[in-house]
Amino acid sequence: MDQLWIDLAAVLAAASPLVIAAMGETLSERAGVINLSLDGTMLLAAMTGFAVALTTGNLLLGFAAAALVGAAVATVLGLFSLTLGQSQTAVGFVLALLCTDLSSFLGAPFVRVPGPAVPFTPIPVLADLPVLGTLFFRHDPVIYASFLIIPATAYLLYGTRLGLIVRALGERPAAVYARGVDVTRWRYALLIAGGALVGIAGAAFSLDLKQGWSYRHTFGAGWIVLAIVIFGGWRPWRVALGCYLFAALEIVATRSQSALPNFPTQIIQVAPFVLMIFVLALVNLASSPAAMRRAATLPQIWQRPLLGAINRLRATAPAALGQPFERP
Amino acid sequence: MAVTYSLPRMDGMRTDRLKLAASLTRPMLALVAAFALTTLALLSTGVSPLEAYRLVLFGAFSTPVRLSDMIMLAAPLLLCAVGLSITFAGGLYNLGVEGQMIAGAIAAMVPLRLWPDWPPLLLWLLAGLSGAAGGALWALLIGALRQYANVSEIFAGLGMNFLASGLALYMVLGPWRRQTSASLSGTDLLPRDLWLPTIDRLRLAPAAPLIALLALAVVWWALTKTRWGLEVRAVGLNPAAAGRLGVAAARRMAETLAACGALAGIAGMLQVVAVHHALIPNISSGIGLLGLLVALLARADPRWLLPIAVAFASFTVGSIQLPLTLGIDSAIAGVLQGALVLFALVARARVR
Repeated sequence: MDQLWIDLAAVLAAASPLVIAAMGETLSERAGVINLSLDGTMLLAAMTGFAVALTTGNLLLGFAAAALVGAAVATVLGLFSLTLGQSQTAVGFVLALLCTDLSSFLGAPFVRVPGPAVPFTPIPVLADLPVLGTLFFRHDPVIYASFLIIPATAYLLYGTRLGLIVRALGERPAAVYARGVDVTRWRYALLIAGGALVGIAGAAFSLDLKQGWSYRHTFGAGWIVLAIVIFGGWRPWRVALGCYLFAALEIVATRSQSALPNFPTQIIQVAPFVLMIFVLALVNLASSPAAMRRAATLPQIWQRPLLGAINRLRATAPAALGQPFERP
Repeated sequence: MAVTYSLPRMDGMRTDRLKLAASLTRPMLALVAAFALTTLALLSTGVSPLEAYRLVLFGAFSTPVRLSDMIMLAAPLLLCAVGLSITFAGGLYNLGVEGQMIAGAIAAMVPLRLWPDWPPLLLWLLAGLSGAAGGALWALLIGALRQYANVSEIFAGLGMNFLASGLALYMVLGPWRRQTSASLSGTDLLPRDLWLPTIDRLRLAPAAPLIALLALAVVWWALTKTRWGLEVRAVGLNPAAAGRLGVAAARRMAETLAACGALAGIAGMLQVVAVHHALIPNISSGIGLLGLLVALLARADPRWLLPIAVAFASFTVGSIQLPLTLGIDSAIAGVLQGALVLFALVARARVR
């Protein structure tokens, strides 16, 4: 039984960079901007964070540099898409490839160099609690931060006036504009803040979860986060749940490698992403008008729980996501 | 693509002249900016940028072997970029092109492994058809996910890429593993007579660039000279409006995806019969993603595809020598390619 809690704690830890990046992306997508550069941004930030922490010997400076890189890439994306009116998808995609290659090129001297790492810091008293201690209080500061950022994002989006503006930016930018909010400026702010979080997530890889730097160090994590945000329906708690499910599947895949010696288990590692896309497809199919009509013919007793489940699972994108905003 | 509006202006004469000046200076500025960024990256490593540029820009033309390697990279790259210019014309971001290439390579292996004794010419034809079908099927799955399950083609494409690379790994380590022992380096090599014939002592198989050029010509014709092409472009600009004008928008989108997938599949088949002579896990080697950059830079204008594909392929091949001669990473080619496309996008921004 104890092993189960330890395994679950490992899942919570492994998901920490994904959670931080996913919250950043959720913020900017809720404001209506897709930051498709995520994978490249995370790599460049991971490399920069590691390089800075290694040369200065200061972990905080490493994280700050990574956040700065994330914010800078987001600023470039904003400049080209929000100000100059180019497609967010096109600019984001090109930035993803460009930053990936920049990280490989500039990071070459740091490949497999041993460097600093975030220290393990169990929280005094709380770490000795029976189950909870193992699960939540025997980690390091980055992982604690990944726990805190989920309720913080949820509160920001649903509990504050700022959150109301953010959600409106993604749904009806014309309406917030009419209320006197500068749509472009606010989108910049959310995009850059989200980008900084993505940068920190990159450093969470190179300075914590997968310490050090190597070619394509984060192994496509950025693309995975982009898919998780959709999978989670742009809602912080569900997005976080998606990150934890993903991390759990990854750990199961790695474990099964030793359990199935004759089966080429490298394949299992691509499974979580594929599974996520197909679950998303199934949910969308189930909530399509045709499926709804069919559900309406079912007996009454079945209908309510079924429709309730579908409604809970369905994910609707912010209406203005990726759309350019023209001042009316 | 972004919609551009132009407002009527009183000072028509002046804006015309401004626009002409802008049309000339902006691409130059983009070029300068891209090289400035790349030079900064080079300077940070302490090597002489001129020396690095000499290799990256001209290294691919320095020896016949390198030139033939460049052509063998440009051929699948051009095929992918040509295919992507169809999907771009239809308004789709087919990030799944990488997976379509892998699916094509796997499908092309099937006849080659089933009937290795058949005449090579027939087998190549079969492999080409099977590769095209495999790539098209992979792309149509993306179309189905988009059409019926409301999953954007970008993420459906990424998912299908992961699935294709998993499938390739499975084939290499499972059913098609080497007779001696399963190895990540790929399947057993194909019999010598199934390799696409090459020019003496070079790795250049002339069939590959010829197929790519043929595809370019056909697609240019189909996109610009046929009603089908007109409809595809109309769907790309505004699917709803095109639908109201009687264009079967969903059908056209599926067709563009299938066409792109087929071309990417043929590129995958060429990787098998003309380059690696086996199925390897990384058979697509990022060529599909590079093809996206080429197609973005060419802006779905087929005339630009060939020169850009050749230039990008020569950057990549030229940069391979960098680690040995200058001790810097070859990823600088990718930096230059990415920067060129990025700043070209800005150069197209409308004047406010």
